[in-house]
Amino acid sequence: MPGFITNYLDKNVHVTPGQYGSPFWALVYILLVFGGVSLAVVCMNWLERKILAHMQVRLGPMRVGPHGLLQPIADALKLILKEDIVPEGADSFVFLLAPLIILVAGFSVYCVIPFGPTHAITDMNIGILFMLGVSSLGVLGIVMAGWASNSHYPLIGALRSSAQMVSYEVAMGLAVISAVLMTSLNPAGTGTLSMIGIVQAQYAQNTWFIFKFFPLGFIAFFIFAVAMVAETNRAPFDLPEAESELTAGFHTEYSGLRWSLFMLGEYAAMISVSSIAITLWLGGWMRPFPNLLQGPTWDLAFSLFPALTFFGLAAMTFYSTMRMPKHPYFRIQTIGLGAFGGVFVLIALILLIPRVRDGVQDVYWFVAKIAVFLYLYIWYRGTFPRYRFDQLMRVGWKVLLPLGIGVLMATGIMGLRTEIWDFVHRLVHI
Amino acid sequence: MTDPNSSVSHLELEESKKTFLDANELVINMGPQHPATHGVLRVILRLDGEKVMGLECVIGYLHRGVEKIAEHRTYTMFNPYVDRMDYVAAVSNGLGYCEAVEKLLNIEAPPRANYIRVILTELNRLASHQLWLGTHALDIGAMTPLFYTFRDREEILKIFEKYCGARLTTHAFRIGGCQYETYEGFEKDVKKFLTFVAPKIDEYEELLTTNRIWVERTKKVGTISAKDCIALGVTGPVLRASGVKWDLRKAQPYAAYKQFDFEIPTGQHGDTYDRYLVRMAEMRQSLRIIQQAVDAIPEGPIMAKVSKVMKPPVGEIYHSIEAPKGELGYFIVSDGSTQPYRIRVRPPSFVNLQALDLMCRGQLVADVIAVIGTLDIVLGEVDR
Repeated sequence: MPGFITNYLDKNVHVTPGQYGSPFWALVYILLVFGGVSLAVVCMNWLERKILAHMQVRLGPMRVGPHGLLQPIADALKLILKEDIVPEGADSFVFLLAPLIILVAGFSVYCVIPFGPTHAITDMNIGILFMLGVSSLGVLGIVMAGWASNSHYPLIGALRSSAQMVSYEVAMGLAVISAVLMTSLNPAGTGTLSMIGIVQAQYAQNTWFIFKFFPLGFIAFFIFAVAMVAETNRAPFDLPEAESELTAGFHTEYSGLRWSLFMLGEYAAMISVSSIAITLWLGGWMRPFPNLLQGPTWDLAFSLFPALTFFGLAAMTFYSTMRMPKHPYFRIQTIGLGAFGGVFVLIALILLIPRVRDGVQDVYWFVAKIAVFLYLYIWYRGTFPRYRFDQLMRVGWKVLLPLGIGVLMATGIMGLRTEIWDFVHRLVHI
Repeated sequence: MTDPNSSVSHLELEESKKTFLDANELVINMGPQHPATHGVLRVILRLDGEKVMGLECVIGYLHRGVEKIAEHRTYTMFNPYVDRMDYVAAVSNGLGYCEAVEKLLNIEAPPRANYIRVILTELNRLASHQLWLGTHALDIGAMTPLFYTFRDREEILKIFEKYCGARLTTHAFRIGGCQYETYEGFEKDVKKFLTFVAPKIDEYEELLTTNRIWVERTKKVGTISAKDCIALGVTGPVLRASGVKWDLRKAQPYAAYKQFDFEIPTGQHGDTYDRYLVRMAEMRQSLRIIQQAVDAIPEGPIMAKVSKVMKPPVGEIYHSIEAPKGELGYFIVSDGSTQPYRIRVRPPSFVNLQALDLMCRGQLVADVIAVIGTLDIVLGEVDR
């Protein structure tokens, strides 16, 4: 990061730019992450509609491209071509600014997310703090959107949203602190807020923090997992956008590209909070059992997973291709689907090249863990009704917050148990 | 809507009690174009933050003057119009009207016709409750039950289509019986449907009944006491959920209901959760009735002897049936001509809607949605 920016920061904050310590590589990673996240949002859009549809005994998008694969692109085109309406009476400057703030807040978080021990834009020594701080800026955009729309429903949606995000951030922060506390319990004895440091601490302690001091780590993870759904305004905490009550909440008055920026920001936030959870509790980029199953054989076995995943995807695609109707009307679609399968096979083959195979290891496991979280998000949406506002507040303040404080104290006591034991021992012997 | 027990409307009463502390009220207009008002209901909400201080319903956006139309049609010609009132339970509407006119003409439908009527009406009750469950759950935020219920409702509509050619506005019955004999394999279809749908009802319950969020969203929401229900004239599942065992199928048996063995499910607290449980139990009771009716359906004619030109004697008649949403009554005044002098419909949705203000007061905005859903209104019937 250039000096003129770091000068504004605390002198004690150390920032290490990208993989090779140069701004150039940081820039490359910024582009890679921005492109990758945007692509992930597009995939997520299609997957969410498909998976949700199959949970609800329907097919989902089927018309644009084979199995609706081109639907996100069609949607994006439609949104770009739509009129960008600014309602009369709205504060147009704030109205136009709001989606940008949400988007910037959603994407800035990716600065410190480590996709691998060396794959990160930066590694700040206050990484997790930076992340919590920036991601909570999103609420500003929501309040601005609701206020500037000059309409009742968006205003109520924005009020709900800000109250919800502020209250769940408290519980979230407590859960995060308890994980950070655990980093100081390795033999080296130094705690860290750096995202890479947190994962390395898990490696050093031979355990993912979710299993540390069982069930303490698990409870902290659970608190975070609930709070992160609330933070991203997703079902069952999607009150700000409760369709049946507030039509669309804070973005009721938005249309076209600006509306899609809100969606992009929301999905980016979903991915980023999942990454925090993974980094803090689920071993970040590490493959399962990195300490237990060591040796060249295991390394080779695990390094085949990316290729196997893509072969699996290719197999599914070819199976669907075979099941396509034989009518000439579907010929282009069948060919398209087959081509998709071909691309998957190609990617799988590239992933078999030893250099590539070892290079993508860390990123693969990270992305695989994110995918599980995103599936959970969709699953929640398919099964849960929506919380009411007061119940949401009750869960946040009366359940998660005391639980978080309790877990934090218990973690501290567990971490200092030898010292406390010594102290008690001495007291008794005096 | 005003409280029937006082001459002053709620809103005016509230206005007089106002102090400077309550000045920041937000008046929100919900509907008539709103995803959760089940059509074109317009509700004017007065909010203190999220709390509902009072509300007023504005209706009439779907008014078609059905009662007035009746005065210019013969008794037979008016029959299809009643299907357009509560269009999700058209069969029940038709049954009520046909029986009312039969009572006026002093004729009785033959037993076989009555059995067919019971089977179709109960199937329709099931379809109506399924639609209610899906939309109600969707309003509260659970998307998935909607698709499950619509998938299964489809099977009922298929039976209707096979029977009379229409799926929704069926016009299934005629004055004096049924126009159509059951089609080949009708009983087999119905029996197949019964075995198909029984586990599906368990499936809906699995998604909702013990779901923490569902229970929290519905328990103690929109509570109404039995006394208030009776005072407001609320009927149907809403009344039964408040603990009153009142079902016209038992209280004044019509069609062939006397022959069947079934229970009237009731609740205790009169809240949204109880109404949900009552309707779920009613679905199962409907299955029981259909099963008995299909097993014992008698042979014989399906039409009573009715003259082509119906001229009922001078007089008036009130006949009511237990529609899926409550008591559906027809009050018909005859002046001895071929056309009714006046028809007045007592629609359950319209009367039940009066309880909305009482049930929502002091609750949150989200509860208004839940209560509108649980009242199970159809605006076609409210506005007629």
